Amino acid sequence: MSDQQVDQGKRTWLIASGCAGVVGGVATAVPFVSTFEPSERARAAGAPVEVDIGGLKPGEKMTVEWRGKPVWIVRRTPEMLESLKKTDALVADPNSQRKPDDITPMKDTRNEWRSIKPEYLIVVGICTHLGCSPTDRFQPGPQPSLPEDWVGGFLCPCHGSTFDLAGRVFKNKPAPDNLEVPPYTFLTDSRLLIGEAKSA
Amino acid sequence: MAEQKAVDPNAPALQKLMGWVDARFPATKMWNEHAAEYYAPKNFNFWYFFGSLATLVLVIQIVTGIFLVMNYKPDAALAFGSVEYIMRDVPWGWLVRYMHSTGASAFFVVVYLHMYRGLIYGSYRKPRELVWIFGCLIFLCLMGEAFMGYLLPWGQMSYWGAQVIVNLFSAIPFVGPDLALLIRGDYVVSDATLNRFFSFHVIAIPLVLLGLVVAHIIALHEVGSNNPDGVEIKAKKDGQGRPLDGIPFHPYYTVHDILGVSVFLIVFSAIIFFAPEFGGYFLEFNNFIPADPLKTPPHIAPVWYFTPFYSMLRATTDQMVYVLAAIVVIAAVLAILRGGLKPMAKIGVVIGAVLGIGALMVFEAKFWGVVVMGGAVIILFFLPWLDNSPVKSVRYRPSWHRILYGILVIDFIVLGYLGIQPPSPVGEHVSQLGTVLYFGFFLLMPIWSRMGEFKPVPERVTYHAH
Repeated sequence: MSDQQVDQGKRTWLIASGCAGVVGGVATAVPFVSTFEPSERARAAGAPVEVDIGGLKPGEKMTVEWRGKPVWIVRRTPEMLESLKKTDALVADPNSQRKPDDITPMKDTRNEWRSIKPEYLIVVGICTHLGCSPTDRFQPGPQPSLPEDWVGGFLCPCHGSTFDLAGRVFKNKPAPDNLEVPPYTFLTDSRLLIGEAKSA
Repeated sequence: MAEQKAVDPNAPALQKLMGWVDARFPATKMWNEHAAEYYAPKNFNFWYFFGSLATLVLVIQIVTGIFLVMNYKPDAALAFGSVEYIMRDVPWGWLVRYMHSTGASAFFVVVYLHMYRGLIYGSYRKPRELVWIFGCLIFLCLMGEAFMGYLLPWGQMSYWGAQVIVNLFSAIPFVGPDLALLIRGDYVVSDATLNRFFSFHVIAIPLVLLGLVVAHIIALHEVGSNNPDGVEIKAKKDGQGRPLDGIPFHPYYTVHDILGVSVFLIVFSAIIFFAPEFGGYFLEFNNFIPADPLKTPPHIAPVWYFTPFYSMLRATTDQMVYVLAAIVVIAAVLAILRGGLKPMAKIGVVIGAVLGIGALMVFEAKFWGVVVMGGAVIILFFLPWLDNSPVKSVRYRPSWHRILYGILVIDFIVLGYLGIQPPSPVGEHVSQLGTVLYFGFFLLMPIWSRMGEFKPVPERVTYHAH
């Protein structure tokens, strides 16, 4: 074999057709990988949700589904709002300054209580760490998995991240960010539209 | 073209038939190469049962899986119900399902023991590096199979477990969120996710897995099996070129493995019939509740075989990132002072350390948790090149090496235990220590594996006839 002359012309064409084949193969992979993307139906399923919050008593929480995720509506008592002053120094991002466009898109919710009306907290109940839904721990005081000076908030059961009653994450926890505040609008005092921020 | 092999016209009919086949397909040749004339060391002990047992469990999983698919429905609205249908209405369906769910845990028990065997007897050392690497790839495939399979019953643990693991990918800088979207096929874990996981679980990964198992065995039979003494039996051969310390795999080890299979099946059946959930460790109780995207169960943990790695993920908090940065500094200083490197290499170490620390500070702890968890598995691939010990088997290593292996085992079990428990401050610190120990064992191996007084390795394997 080795004493045979290499046909350079043939070799060039072999390399060229080999490269063309690779390009074709990669191009064929594009539609297959694209099928992994969310379908048109999944993309369309993101309509705003209208909620009646008239029956919500102070200190209570209700959960509604928006884009497949739980959205919490908590009607905070004055004591609950008072507790946010204590947690200001303990939370990682007290003024909602991190990734504001993703986490706190509405400007009038970038405050200590993270809501338009201080009484009503509206947040997506999905931990910013790995997507578990935290549980309510509104009762202040020492309890399992929580610090001694607990003032009330939320605890993520997966990795122990804690949030205060404004959905602000405590320092040195696995979760990097505060709970997401979805865009919302008060249509009336008791009717809430989640998923759309209409300017008043 | 090979010449036509001659078949004796007076041979018995069966022999003639085999001759006819062998002239067209290497049946006898393959049988001899892999069984009847595959010489395995005669000093195999208890630890050598787990390779054949892993093959047995693979067969169990494939067969039971085929039958489960006949009644299972990969649809978010129907999946949970169809599993309950298999359990209650399909004749003997419960048995097939429990065999499959117990088989998953049994697979990891057997594979962890099989890997530990390789670790203590140096079975990954030259010339068996590829046997080990194919094995590590099999382990990765198994983890993928187990994870995707666990979503299929569409219970609470299925759903939230998948939610957490898919979100791990979103921690990767820049491409993470898009990658997580591509895996889920939706903005949350949904019907689309269930369908694609089903496809991967029943077709894609099993095909790859089978190919890897074949590669693992072919590579093993090419280089020959290691043994508890770590002695190369091919170094001493008789007049016909057969290893003096080898015995044919068939019939000696086929019969020997039947004992292992029998004991295994006794334990396996006992679990299936008397404790199929195994106290919530093989089938978690929360998974008997249908998936609810609005409510995470109060305590979620992966199935036991993932918990050591899961503990390492949980251990990587902001504080832990500082510890990791400190370790990078110490490692760089040691490498410069004691590594005997050239000036250019020293500059390289400094640049590498600065970049490493910069990255540790820039990216969030969540991402490093994923890196630590992935690294804990990936580091196994490098074992053949991390071990610098002059002998293979732990039998001829300094006795204190056994203590290190003991620490690794205890560490792995403690990490596994902590991964099942709810998060706690004490548990967090213990698992941080455990994570450092785990990586220390492997990353410092090039140094410690050389140290100490090694015992003389015998020329032939140690074997006492019964």
